[in-house]
Amino acid sequence: MRFALLAASISLALASTSGLAATAYVSNEKDDSISVIDLTTMEVTATLDVGQRPRGLLLSSDNKLLYICASDSDRVQVMDLATRKIIKELPSGADPEQFALHPNDRWLYISNEDDALVTVVDTQTDQVLGQIDVGVEPEGMAVSPDGKWAVNTSETTNMLHWIDTSSHTLVDNTLVDQRPRHVEFDGDGKRLWASAEIGGTVTVIDVASRQIEKVLTFQIKGVHPDKVQPVGVKLSADGKYAFVALGPANHVAVVDAKSYEVLDYLLVGRRVWHLAFTPDQKRLLTTNGVSGDVSVIDVDNLKVSKSIKVGRYPWGVVVTP
Amino acid sequence: MRQISRHLLFCAAVTLGYAAISQAGSPAAELQVRIAYLAYTPATGPLLSNVIGEPADAGLRGAELAIADSNSTGRFLQQAYSLEVAEHADSQSLLEAASALHGQGVRLFVINAPAATLRKLSQALADSLLINAGSRDDSLRQSECLPNVLHTLPSRAMLADALAQFLAVRRWTHWLLISGPTEDDQAYAAALRRAAKRFGHSLVAEKAWSFDNDQRRSAQAEMPLFTQTTEYDVVLVADERGDFGEYLPYQTWYPRPVAGTQGLTPTGWHKTVETYGAAQLQKRFEAHAKRWMNDRDYAAWIAVRSIASAVSKLGQADARAIRTLALSDQLPLDGFKGRKLSFRSWNGQLRQPIPLVHPRALVSNSPQEGFLHPTSELDSLGYDAPEVSCKLTAN
Repeated sequence: MRFALLAASISLALASTSGLAATAYVSNEKDDSISVIDLTTMEVTATLDVGQRPRGLLLSSDNKLLYICASDSDRVQVMDLATRKIIKELPSGADPEQFALHPNDRWLYISNEDDALVTVVDTQTDQVLGQIDVGVEPEGMAVSPDGKWAVNTSETTNMLHWIDTSSHTLVDNTLVDQRPRHVEFDGDGKRLWASAEIGGTVTVIDVASRQIEKVLTFQIKGVHPDKVQPVGVKLSADGKYAFVALGPANHVAVVDAKSYEVLDYLLVGRRVWHLAFTPDQKRLLTTNGVSGDVSVIDVDNLKVSKSIKVGRYPWGVVVTP
Repeated sequence: MRQISRHLLFCAAVTLGYAAISQAGSPAAELQVRIAYLAYTPATGPLLSNVIGEPADAGLRGAELAIADSNSTGRFLQQAYSLEVAEHADSQSLLEAASALHGQGVRLFVINAPAATLRKLSQALADSLLINAGSRDDSLRQSECLPNVLHTLPSRAMLADALAQFLAVRRWTHWLLISGPTEDDQAYAAALRRAAKRFGHSLVAEKAWSFDNDQRRSAQAEMPLFTQTTEYDVVLVADERGDFGEYLPYQTWYPRPVAGTQGLTPTGWHKTVETYGAAQLQKRFEAHAKRWMNDRDYAAWIAVRSIASAVSKLGQADARAIRTLALSDQLPLDGFKGRKLSFRSWNGQLRQPIPLVHPRALVSNSPQEGFLHPTSELDSLGYDAPEVSCKLTAN
């Protein structure tokens, strides 16, 4: 009995250690580098040189490859995380900013900010499958969990563009508030969350009807409403919370993902951009552009537990187990 | 009876349905939005500092880019924007061109012209909406508001306040003010005096520039003596044409910075503005115009974008409706300046952050932190509602 208990506690300890032993990759827009953070020690363990003005980051489904939008190099770079070497560069179109990977793990949808295009690249053959005309300054990209929709936001056109992934054609547009930055599907693909930076809102859209279901607004005591500029959005896997990075308001809003009620505002670093969960969903990392650091939010207690200095203008963040 | 009315209702619904379909589907239903860009820039006269010239098409290139930007949204909303351009070398020809365009049905105008010409245009185009992207005149924002005019170019008062706030933060509170001879220079100097008073600065001396010798050769000999006064923290210069001011930095009697129309300069826009998405606007502009975007380009760009933002919100292009919406606080504008921009309801001025720059770097952005305001910190720059004697009305 005692032995069993001991074994259980050992395996618990192991489990929690493996939960902690995650690694975060942060793109530093003004340093042309990626900061690697060991989430056990909460320290930057390496800084990797990449292409110019790295912004959007994403991982292959097996977490072995890191895709990097090197905006000013006009390419998407692919890093092998085992060797931390760039193994290839994809023909991304000019000025790639954000991108999303189709659930088939092959098709990469890339926003070309300067060309008002979305470029679709097959990551296995490195071939461009198509380019789709969208509005001015395409930015946010998301692919629905069923792979049916790719949705792009265009910042100056103020629209969400719905791209049918079977034909790679634009089939619908949804007008939202000023400067839509980021789109995120919920886990079952029923709803799409879209932030509008200048409008100061987050719009929740019913995917089946493509109709707006709710427009969220934010008020933080002591912060001027003009400084509330939603950018990154992340939804917890349990469907409980939505976290919204509010830019120069320096706070992350915690939203009840079911009732759409804003539950809390968490103070983080300056000009908070993008967010990423650890694989165990226990922690949420934020990139803070102006203060050049990453804040760590303890999701269970909804408290900011740590900030970690990275490079200049940290932009995107992803976490591997 | 009841059946008939129901039948009629059904017919009406069918027709309405058709109308909605044809509006969405056929290109005939496209909303045509015609905007005219009118420009008259008087010659500045001979300048001492004429080494680097100003672009002759400042303003126009910004308006053109904004039309392209707006059309890319417009094609999803069945709206087509077009620009009619009239540039003239004198005020009278411009007025005639404006009347001709008005006769062709144009009611939306972006104006890059001095205040006197703008006043005449405002009268001649009384049922139109004019957006001033060329005059910094303070009286247009304070005592002589024109009822059909909005302003996107910052006023001199806004520029001077933006600079004075920064100098207050740096505690450079003792100023030597040097002003040129033109009316514009005097107006800029007046705005600096007003800003000095508002933000607690004092003028240790004021000097009028009247030299006509070539400063390219003699600045080193003459500027130190010219700036030999009671000790100051900073030299403020009011030389809008860029006649002599470029020769002040590094030539002052005391080793002090120079600010105003030269040196550290407050402006509506500059190449070094890059954050908050501005880098993308700069790139688009440079691809279009093959040069850097300046404050006039920006003022014309945001003027057209303001019209287009209102049109996409209203679904129509009526000048009066656009004006009412613009003055209502219900038209947040994305100007790549880090926060939403909007028009002041009392004088039609676009409230906006003001970058402070030197030729190759952004030094700061005003309003400075700590200069508070009951409604918007942006209203700490320029004429605030209680200081304005001519109140616009929204309708």
